[in-house]
Amino acid sequence: MFNSIPQKSDPFPGSAPVPEEKLNKFKRGVKGELPPRPQYKLRDVVIRSEAASDLAQKQNARYDLMLPEDAGFLEGDEDEDTCTISQDDIVDAVDITAGAKYFSLTLSQFGPYRLDYSKTGRHLLLGGRRGHVTCLDWQSKQLMCEMNVMETVNDVKWLHSEALFAVAQKKWLYIYDNKGIELHCIRKFNDVLRMQFLPYHFLLATASATGFLQYLDVSVGKEVVAICTKAGRLDVMAHNPHNAIIHLGHSNGTVTLWTPNQREPLVKMLCHQGGVRSVAVDKTGTYMVTSGMDKKLKVYDIRAYRPLQSYFLPAGASCLSLSQRGLLSAATGDIVQVYRDVWGIPVTKPYMAHRAKGSVWGVHFCPFEDVLGVGHGEGFTSMVVPGAGEPNFDGLDANPYRSAKQRQEWEVKALLEKIQPELIGLDPSQLSQVDHSTWEQRHVDRVQVLGFDPLAKEKFTPRLKTKGRSSSGKVEKRKKQVAHEDQRDVIRQTVEDRMKIDKERKEKEKKKAAAAGQKSALDRFRK
Amino acid sequence: QHPVGEVTRKHMAVRNILPCYIFGGRIKVLSRNPDDYVRETKLDIQRVPRNYDPSLHPFEVPREYTRALNATKLERVFAKPFLASLDGHRDGVNCMAKHPKSLSTMLSGSCDGEVVWNLTKRECVRTLQAHEGFVRGMVVRFCGTSFFTVGDDKTIKQWKMETPSYGEEEEPLNTILGKSVFTSIDHHQKEGVFVTCGQQVDIWDEQRSSPIRSFSWGVDSFSCVRFNPVETELLASCASDRSIVLYDMREATPLKKVIMNMRSNTLCWNPMEAYNFTCSNEDYNLYTYDMRYLDKPFTVHMDHVSAVLDVDYSPTGKEFVSASFDKTIRIFPKDSGHSREVYHTKRMQHVISIKWSSDNKYILSASDEMNIRLWKANAAEKLGLLAPREKAAVNYSQKLKEKFQHHPQIRRISRHRHLPKSIYGQSKELRVMKEARRRKERNVRKHSKPGSMPVVTEKEKHVVTVVN
Repeated sequence: MFNSIPQKSDPFPGSAPVPEEKLNKFKRGVKGELPPRPQYKLRDVVIRSEAASDLAQKQNARYDLMLPEDAGFLEGDEDEDTCTISQDDIVDAVDITAGAKYFSLTLSQFGPYRLDYSKTGRHLLLGGRRGHVTCLDWQSKQLMCEMNVMETVNDVKWLHSEALFAVAQKKWLYIYDNKGIELHCIRKFNDVLRMQFLPYHFLLATASATGFLQYLDVSVGKEVVAICTKAGRLDVMAHNPHNAIIHLGHSNGTVTLWTPNQREPLVKMLCHQGGVRSVAVDKTGTYMVTSGMDKKLKVYDIRAYRPLQSYFLPAGASCLSLSQRGLLSAATGDIVQVYRDVWGIPVTKPYMAHRAKGSVWGVHFCPFEDVLGVGHGEGFTSMVVPGAGEPNFDGLDANPYRSAKQRQEWEVKALLEKIQPELIGLDPSQLSQVDHSTWEQRHVDRVQVLGFDPLAKEKFTPRLKTKGRSSSGKVEKRKKQVAHEDQRDVIRQTVEDRMKIDKERKEKEKKKAAAAGQKSALDRFRK
Repeated sequence: QHPVGEVTRKHMAVRNILPCYIFGGRIKVLSRNPDDYVRETKLDIQRVPRNYDPSLHPFEVPREYTRALNATKLERVFAKPFLASLDGHRDGVNCMAKHPKSLSTMLSGSCDGEVVWNLTKRECVRTLQAHEGFVRGMVVRFCGTSFFTVGDDKTIKQWKMETPSYGEEEEPLNTILGKSVFTSIDHHQKEGVFVTCGQQVDIWDEQRSSPIRSFSWGVDSFSCVRFNPVETELLASCASDRSIVLYDMREATPLKKVIMNMRSNTLCWNPMEAYNFTCSNEDYNLYTYDMRYLDKPFTVHMDHVSAVLDVDYSPTGKEFVSASFDKTIRIFPKDSGHSREVYHTKRMQHVISIKWSSDNKYILSASDEMNIRLWKANAAEKLGLLAPREKAAVNYSQKLKEKFQHHPQIRRISRHRHLPKSIYGQSKELRVMKEARRRKERNVRKHSKPGSMPVVTEKEKHVVTVVN
């Protein structure tokens, strides 16, 4: 009775295709070739695991299309330069909350300010040279603590969360609570000039005026290693977020790369003709930007150690900072300039520029926000840089909107997953690779571990025999017999090898002759 | 090189004077609405937006390695396999039988009398005096309503499964008198047929009082006979002339026999693979054979330091458990040459019989000192109902441990087991002896005419011959 309704066929059957660049974004490692056919079980295991990782890659790429926020941008008309736009223009053009991110704190009494943003980007730590230390929630302008430590402050750094921070004061390293309570005074760390915090290892790396690079494990409170770099005063320091390697810049123009596992630098690169003034590394660990006393700004590919770009700045750059989306801020004197995409096509003009009230002492991009913090002689300025921050954060990693309970849970999990300093190296994924160390290397390691060589032939000691059969002559004869046996073994082995090589060579020649012989039928008429 | 900074200075000087409506382009600054990221009320769950971008999650491999290391250490911390000891027997326990339909019922036979246990309450439900002398074997019928026992008094008795009501006496449903002592019994999976062995292998029908068929192959006694659970017409038996004999119930004569170096005590068929069986041998090893190719065993499982007395497969067919005279129980994966787990207690003496429960979770061991012990099959497993998050966490840890199992630190921790001093010393001694034998064989081969001493693999060493 009911006629079947003709169904329309779907013109695009199956699920929507995922764009190629999104798939490549989530690609991890290359697919090797499958094991040869006789190893069925291994083949099956490899095929299944590769299928699972392909599925994960595709699901990740699909999810990436649904992320809630978009990055900021600033685009001028054809004849307009974006670097002519001032902060006031931007504040007028955007909404109130975004506009409130441009503000200035006038603190002219206590010297030029260094700053640090916490990992979530919510909290700001300011340290003035003449001792003023303050930490606040900069978005709600809520002050957490403010004090004067009555000493020169060289550097300030947040530790793993907004509960603790470290201040490198004139003589020693101090650790404070976010209420301003002094928790520790670490006398082993003296004359600290710069600090970097490695968040996944819970390590605070400090560079001192005496040339020592020291690592402090803040979860157990022990000094991991103190490396004497023998390179003089260390006041240029950066860390590579991708593999936790510390970059130090020196006055002879070299940049050295350090891990806590080695007393010597892993890599020494000659970057500038004068001293190195500042170093910055991007979050993927691919590019390093350095600026030097020779007024040059250079960009290197840090994976292949190749120079990519070199720019000339009339006044050089004393402070560098790279944002999460690849914007570079360079500061000289009281001018801060922001460049976009310095490692691609050579840049001709800055993306944005701003003149601060005093000479700039520190610049830092705020994570997950389109904000650049500038610490200068007259206090602190927070300027708006559209397109600087990563728009979509991961709630389980660094969540600016986390509650106290979430922070506690995150802290416990982070402490459980704390990576041991022995695993810091140039390639963080080295653990997942197959260990192809050569047989010789393994043998050398085994000899070292055991204390003797297990494969070395034991010296033959003949057994003691009675009834006069152990006289010295007879013992010598027995020893000679064994030595002759061994020699014959060696000779037999070499003769066998040589015969095998000869046979192979003869077969090859025969094959060649046969192949050449088949060239043409008219060869038989040749003389 | 491009003088980049130069341009800005000029423009900066101009900018401060001119009004701001010169800018005509587009601009967007990132600003988040907290209402989208913070929960509305205290009763909601927290919002957790995710971004799986690999650059936001650096150090994937070292963090996973650390998690795997923690998971391995926690597994060792929570590895407490012993659950309960069932006592009540007044003499050494000789044999056990699983109920095919009920997970909480188990039967055990000792050197006098039998007992029926309830495993959830861990108490004895029923005792009956079955035989005068040892109870040599018992098996529950496939329907679960009755069970059979054989003993040293040359009888086969069939009993009802349900407890007799008040006032009734314990009486066997059926008694069959035989000519010689029976050493083992097994029942067919589908039909009313059972097989016993003693002097010869007899196949009985439940309604008859004399065997319908008898197999013998010039051997004076058999120690164990088992029906194949999948190919239900096949059976295998262990004989005292160090051989294993295969039979087909439908044929008149046995099929094949493989003679080994030493006698096998028991054997067990793999419940998932119809053609594989494992036998426990007196030379401290277990051998897994493929029924079709008896000339050499599929795998040799070596880890015990004394004769292996009993073996039972897990219902998944992937692992089996073996009981040995050296007071330990070992769990082996079906294709591996060494055990993955060893259970021992100071109080447990020679383990005579072992069973793996049908829900794959528990192991029951019956030993010489009149106790039956209940163990967990996975020592670190949490029993009972797990919440979905717990299950997900357990699965994740399991996968991590598998992924990093070959790394030396992790392998060292996961392999670590405490052994009693006697067994540790004995295993070292056996290793030294094996090494010495191997070295001597190598020397003989080196100093004799090449080819006069053929290489015999470990698997071939233990089989003497296959007779058709």
